[in-house]
Order: sequence, then structure tokens, then C-alpha cells
Amino acid sequence: MSVLAQPPAAQAHRGLLARAWDSDIGYSFRTSPVAIGAAAITLVIVLATVFAEFITPQNPFDAAALNLMDGFTPPGEAGAGSGMYFGLGADSQGRDMYSAILYGSRVSLLIGTASVIFSLVLGVSLGLIAGYIGGRIEALIMRIADIQLSFPAILVALLVFGIARGLIHPSLHEQMTFAVMTIAIGLSNWAQYARTVRASTLVEKRKEYVDAARVIGLRAFPVMIKHVLPNVAGPILVIATINLALAVLEEATLSFLGVGMPPTQPSLGTLIRIGQQFLFSGEWWILLFPSLALVTIALSINLFGDWLRDALNPKLR
Amino acid sequence: MTEPLLSIRELRVEFPTRRGILTAVDGVSFDIAPGEVLGVVGESGAGKSLTGAAIIGLLDPPGRIAGGEVLLKGQRIDNLPPEGLRRIRGKRIGMVFQDPLTSLNPLFRIGEQLIETIQLHTGMNAAQARDRAIALLVDVGIPAAERRIDAYPYQFSGGMRQRVVLALALAADPELIIADEPTTALDVSVQAQIIALMKRLCREHNVAIMLITHDMGVIAETADRVAVMYAGRIAEIGPVRDVIGRAHHPYTQGLMGSIPTLTATAERLTQIPGSMPRLTDIPTGCAFNPRCPHVFDRCRVERPELLPAERTLAACWLYAADRRATA
Amino acid sequence: MIAHLLRSLLQGILVILAVGLIAFSMFRFVGDPIASLAGQESTDADRAELTERLGLNDPFPVQFGRFLAHAASGDFGISYRQARPVADLLAERLPATLELAVLSALFAFVVGIALGVYAAINRRGVIANGVMVLSLIGVSLPTFLIGIGLIYLFAVELRWLPSFGRGDVVHIGWWTTGLLTDTGRKSLVLPVLTLGFFQLTLIMRLVRAEMLETMRTDYVRFARARGIPERRIQFRHALRNTMVPVVTIVGLQLGSVIAFAIVTETVFQWPGLGALFVNAVQFVDIPVMAAYLMFVAFVFAAVNFLTDFVYLLIDPRLRH
Repeated sequence: MSVLAQPPAAQAHRGLLARAWDSDIGYSFRTSPVAIGAAAITLVIVLATVFAEFITPQNPFDAAALNLMDGFTPPGEAGAGSGMYFGLGADSQGRDMYSAILYGSRVSLLIGTASVIFSLVLGVSLGLIAGYIGGRIEALIMRIADIQLSFPAILVALLVFGIARGLIHPSLHEQMTFAVMTIAIGLSNWAQYARTVRASTLVEKRKEYVDAARVIGLRAFPVMIKHVLPNVAGPILVIATINLALAVLEEATLSFLGVGMPPTQPSLGTLIRIGQQFLFSGEWWILLFPSLALVTIALSINLFGDWLRDALNPKLR
Repeated sequence: MTEPLLSIRELRVEFPTRRGILTAVDGVSFDIAPGEVLGVVGESGAGKSLTGAAIIGLLDPPGRIAGGEVLLKGQRIDNLPPEGLRRIRGKRIGMVFQDPLTSLNPLFRIGEQLIETIQLHTGMNAAQARDRAIALLVDVGIPAAERRIDAYPYQFSGGMRQRVVLALALAADPELIIADEPTTALDVSVQAQIIALMKRLCREHNVAIMLITHDMGVIAETADRVAVMYAGRIAEIGPVRDVIGRAHHPYTQGLMGSIPTLTATAERLTQIPGSMPRLTDIPTGCAFNPRCPHVFDRCRVERPELLPAERTLAACWLYAADRRATA
Repeated sequence: MIAHLLRSLLQGILVILAVGLIAFSMFRFVGDPIASLAGQESTDADRAELTERLGLNDPFPVQFGRFLAHAASGDFGISYRQARPVADLLAERLPATLELAVLSALFAFVVGIALGVYAAINRRGVIANGVMVLSLIGVSLPTFLIGIGLIYLFAVELRWLPSFGRGDVVHIGWWTTGLLTDTGRKSLVLPVLTLGFFQLTLIMRLVRAEMLETMRTDYVRFARARGIPERRIQFRHALRNTMVPVVTIVGLQLGSVIAFAIVTETVFQWPGLGALFVNAVQFVDIPVMAAYLMFVAFVFAAVNFLTDFVYLLIDPRLRH
């Protein structure tokens, strides 16, 4: 309802943050405990993984720091070997689960973020090109997007992963895994961005300022980019947020399947894969805590993304 | 005077929002006599559609009736439980919406929609209902009704669909039809046909019509009386000839001055300066006072009631008894 | 109407061709087919002879055509790793995957639509909100964790259901089914729930959103204005309109159940195509990967065609 919009002039002199806080979105955020909670949890987890070195008792992937005698220490007990306190227990190698989870979350979030950036840049570029150039190139790009969207991301990622394995020399497999995972997950998620941007570009292309820019000798493409990007910023942000949760889950799934991060650089998915071996033998903490961490990360990002989508699309409220 | 068919008393419709409560319809009162056509005109946002929706209890949440009464043949209906109101809708009060293209369910044959409505309100069996449906379609001027009854809405043109919508509104022989911009979405030539049809139906079925529109031409053509709404209130109400020919409220006068005619030889159309206030900042006193050429002190503080002005009632202090004495 | 179905058929064929091109390119350019087939001790002459015999010197389109012809007749070559015809491997594992996927799809479809409609109608109700929260958790809970959780609860703790495999299967011709034995049916329960859960939450959210959208349309308003009871509006007028978009998207989703089975099959050691594919990816067994890809493309095209057909049944506007 436009009746409710305040005149922009009244707020122009105030800072960007203050204005954001006071905007409809800011209001919706302030009054949504779910959004605040989700954002806070996400922030805490991100900070904890970034500063993992400083808040963990050991580097879980430095073999010298581990004591095999600490193996299978239950949560909340001191290890038999080192006497160290294991809040979330230790795995078969005497590795502190709390430390392993923080380091693992870091890997998961890094791959997730990198792949989202990769697919965002790829998708937005392809969408702009398709919308602007049109014709056969547009048809080709959008057709590929259709096909890609109709296959589950996990299948596409598995395929890319398999092909990359075939192309890269086996001795390089381990060190290239991070990049391969990023590309595999990124390539399985670009189509949504491309669709959104293309639609918006098509709308903008028909507007007169594009012609006007051409008439006064400006190149129309840069002018359009300047107009298209702000228009799609909202939807793109929503897609990116929800895709971040999806990418983290996708990475975990690949690693769980054994075609992702190796045990030397474990992500949460790798940790869960390792923990699954102890499902029947009673060492539940090796499986449960990494799983909880994964679900918490995905759920808080999803909740935030869900709120963001509703807030940016008042029609759905 | 005979008992009015529908009587609205001091109706108030509010929308709670996070920036406070908006009053979209504020103290509206009017009567509709049996078989009468009452036109309700006003700009978009004047509250005319909401008044119509409030009468049959179809306000979209969070909108709600916050005060006043709606009486149908002297019996209050605004405080009925939802089920009671539902039984009145379609049976005693029919409704027609603006866009015939979206008013019909695209996935059902028009016959299915008609028969469903007829059976619901009359208790006829399927065969009787089908006969009645065909008769209604013939009545609203659908050619080859026997065959067309089994067609889907997309197989009809816009004008034909509005005829089907009218047939649906008439399905249970209601006493009143609330028609919300029934011709706005149609071509001009089709508009004339639909108006002629509505006038004929009104006469033959002795049904009253509350005709909501922003088109003075349609009102002049169809209505017996007309109510002019401004910012959620009634500015003027009276017989159609008087409101159009001898308007008293300055807003109505401005409105009439802005309509082009073929006979008048005015150099240019007059225009009311400014625009209708938003619901968030309706001025105190008379809602029209910032734009009124005759504004005086009292208009800015005290809200005018409907006051008799010749054969119409106008909500304007120009017609207050003390002032008239001095004028 | 026929044109519509033809277009859908053509689209399916295009998808199969496009995926075929990817599969063929994998064959041709990823790894070295000659090295994998000829073995370590082959001479250059052997290799040249093999290259010629396999037609690898022919122009690209000819090779691609030959690949498609072979694929159409079910010939996908020999698995690098298992040294058996890929077609045999697929045929052996197809029943397990199809049984799992079809049952999961059915489960997701029926329960998803019921819950979605319920959540839309009782939008503010406690149960509806609970269902929505559950669905959000479902979206954030990866399939493999659902599987592990179910195994823990029903296999480890309660010991009601088996945690892996198909149980006893009955052979009917070349087909195998677990539906006819007690252990087979028990073995199906957890994998079907696991695979269906994600689809279920998706369908439920979609149905709810579409239903809410439909309830805001003019014809629903007009139906209310005619005094049609709310229940009748919901289940007769709105549900059918809701199903139009839902069928399309659900159709696409159900096609992908086959591929989603990859994860479920791994968790439950289900002897299906998905587990075969994961193994193939781990060991870069290109013929198996390519064949699986072609199979998925075929299923996708078939489901898509079927979806368009159902669409026609629901929406009269498309029949002309």
C-alpha cells in the first residue's frame, strides 16, 4: 500500500544503517524473533570458524597433537592419555570433536561461500548476456539452464566431480579437491540466477533510456548493467542466501558419499561419514555432534533466507 | 415511505496497520429502496468498493467493520455469524465484480458454476437447475444457450463473460445486486450493452442495484439516485438528475465540471486543484477543506453532517441552517 | 492438443540428445578409452589397430551417431572396473531403484498434497504452523542424515526394521521385487521414508503457497460472493486450480527422485543404480557414468511427457 510509504526526503539526511533499520525491511527484521535468532546464530558460527585457532584446545588435523590413548573419550570426560578435557568427546584417533567440528565447519562454509560466489557470478553474467544479446545465444543459454534445473544439483555436482577426476592426474586429486568441489557445486546452481537476471534484463532492454543512451553515443550494455543489477539485487540476495544453505548441504552430501573432501581435510560431511561407522557400536558423539552442527548451520541460514524472501516480497505476507 | 430494502447506518471500515488504524470508510449512511438503482461514485480509494464488500461481509482481512449497522429489510446482517452471512450472499444479495475475465473459475464449465449456485440456494434437482441455468443464460442474452452452457469461460468474450457473471449473480433471484465497476474492464460498445442489460434485468426481476463506479456517464445512464463518496465519507447524495445537474457540494460541483460533454461549449474543463488525501492524513473537519474554493473556518474544525440542500443532501457547512439564513 | 504433446515429445528428445552429447564427450575425452581397454602391455600397433576398430578415427558426428545408435539398442560398452557389459549391470539394478523411487514418489505426493492443503486452509492453526516448521527443518536436513536418524531409531534402538539391503526378493522374469516377501517389505520402509521426505516437504510447501495464491483470486472472491460454502470453495474450486502449477513442478520433482535415490541407496546399501553411479564416480568408471546419465535423461523426458499429458487433463484451456 503506497499510502504507507514515507516521503523519502524526510529520511535522506540520515545514515544508511539508520535508514535500513527504520525501513520496512528493518521493521520486519526487528519484529521477527526467528530472523534475529537465525542471523545471530549464523553470525556466531561464522565468527567461531574464522577464529577457530584461538578458541579450540588442539589443531585436530595435526597428527602430533593427538594422543591415541584419548580415543573414544565420551563427552565431558578427561582423556585417558593426555588428561585433556573433551567437552564433546573424542573420536577413534583421540581427536577433540569440538575442535574437529569448528575446523570442519570452516571447510564447509568456505566451500559453500566460494561455490555460491562462483555460481552467482556465472549465473548473473550468463543472464545478462542472454537477455541483452538475445537470439540464438539466449536460446542456447536458457536451454542449458532448463536442462540443468531439471536435474538435481547433486547429480550435476557428482558428474562434474567425476569428470574432473578423470581429467586431473591422480597425484593432484587431494590438493585439488577444494577447487573441484567449489566448481562442481557452483556449476550445479547457476541457472536460477541466470533466469532471474535475464527476465529483468529483457524488461529493462525495452525501456527508452537504453535507446537514449545509444543515441547520445554511450554503449548501452554498461548502462543497462547499472540499471538491471539494482533491480535484481533483492531476488539475487534471496537466491544466494538459500543457495548457501543448499551448497553447504550439497558439499556435506558429496563428502558423505565419499566423493568430496578427504579425511585429511574433513568437512562436516566427511566427519559424519566417519562417525557413521560408529552408529552401531555406541560412540554416538562422533556422529551426533557434527550432524547437529550441519543442521544448525543449514537451518539458521535457511530461516534467515526464508524471512528475507518474505520481507522483500510483501505480497506473500 | 416504504421500508428500505437495504439500510446502512454510520458504517465504519478500518484497517489496522503498523502505522496505526486507517479508517477507509467513515460514518457512511444510505438507504436503497426495493428495485432502485443507487449509484455510488468516487475516485479510487474513496471507499466505495469497501462499502460494497462490507455489506456482504467480504472485507479482506485485516479490514473489518468497526462500527455502524447494515440492515436488510430491517434486519441486522453485519453482526451475523459467517454462516448466516454466507446464506444471504448469492441468495438475497448478489454481487458482480469488475473483471469478467477473472471472475469465472477457468477450469469449470459455466454450466457447472451456474448449476452449483442454483442448487445451493434453491434446492432444485440437477435437471431443474440445468433448465434454470439455460433460462438465465437466455435471459442475459447468451446466444445458443443450450449449447454454450457446456463451454468453458475462456471460450467467451469479455462482454459475454460479464453476461454469464450477471446470470450467476441472478441465479437465486436476489433482492439486491452489488455491482462493483461492472463495466470498467469492458470495451465502450460492450459497456452500453451491459448497462442496457442491467437496466432491463433490474426492471424485469425487480432487483435493486448498488452500482459502484467512477464513471459518471454510467451513473447518469442507469441510476435513480447517486451517492458521491470522498475520502471514505459521503459528500453528497440525492436523485441522479439533481446531483448531476444541480450539485451542491463543492466536490461534486468540481467533479461535474471536469466531465466533457458534447453540448456544452466550455473552453476548457475545470479541474479540482490537489488530490484526494491519503487515508493516513485526512484533515480534521471536512475532508475536502484543503481543496475547497469556498472553505471557511468552521470547515477546518468541525466535520459536516449530511445537510439538506434543495433536493439533495450535502455534507457541507455551506448548507448549515444558520448560514442559509444569512445567505 | 496434439501439437502440444508433440512439442513436449520433441523437447524430451532434445534433452536426451543434449545429455547424450555430454555422455559421449565423457567417453571420448575424459581418460583414455584405448589405454583402459588395451591394457598396459599393448604395443603401439595394437593401439592403432584398436583405435581403428573402435572407429575413433572417424569424424566426430559419425562417432556420436554410432554412440547414440548403440545406446538406443542398450549397448553402453564394458564397465572399466567390473569388466562386465554396462547394460547387464543396469538391468540387474534397475528394479531395486524403480521400486524405491516409485513408492517414495507416491508417498511424497499423497502426503505432501494433503498436508499442503491442510496448512493452507488452517493458515493460522497450531498444527499448520508446526507442519511448516517441520518442512523447513526438512529442507535443512540432508537426506543422508534423515536416513541415519531413521536407522538409529528403528534399526539400532527399536530393532523393528532392517538397516540395509533389500531383504529377500522374488524374481519375476528378469524383474526382482521386494514387495512379495516380509523382509522385502520391511526393508523398503526406511529407504522410502528417507527418499520421500525431502520431496514431501517440497510438495507440501508448494501446494500451500499455490493454494493461498488461488484463494486470493477473483473467482474465489466471486464464489464467496455467491454464497458457496468455504469448504466447497477450498476443495472444489481452489484445489483444482492449485493443481495446475503443482502438477508441472511435482512432475519434474518426481523425475528427479530417481537421481535423489543416489544418496538414499548409499545410506541403506540399497543395490540400485544410484549406488552403482556413486561407485562409478569414485573410480572414474566412465561407461557406467555415461549410461546412468542417459538413463536419468530418459526417465526425465518420459516423466515430463507424462506430466504434460496430465496437465491437459486438468486444464481445459490447453485442449484446444
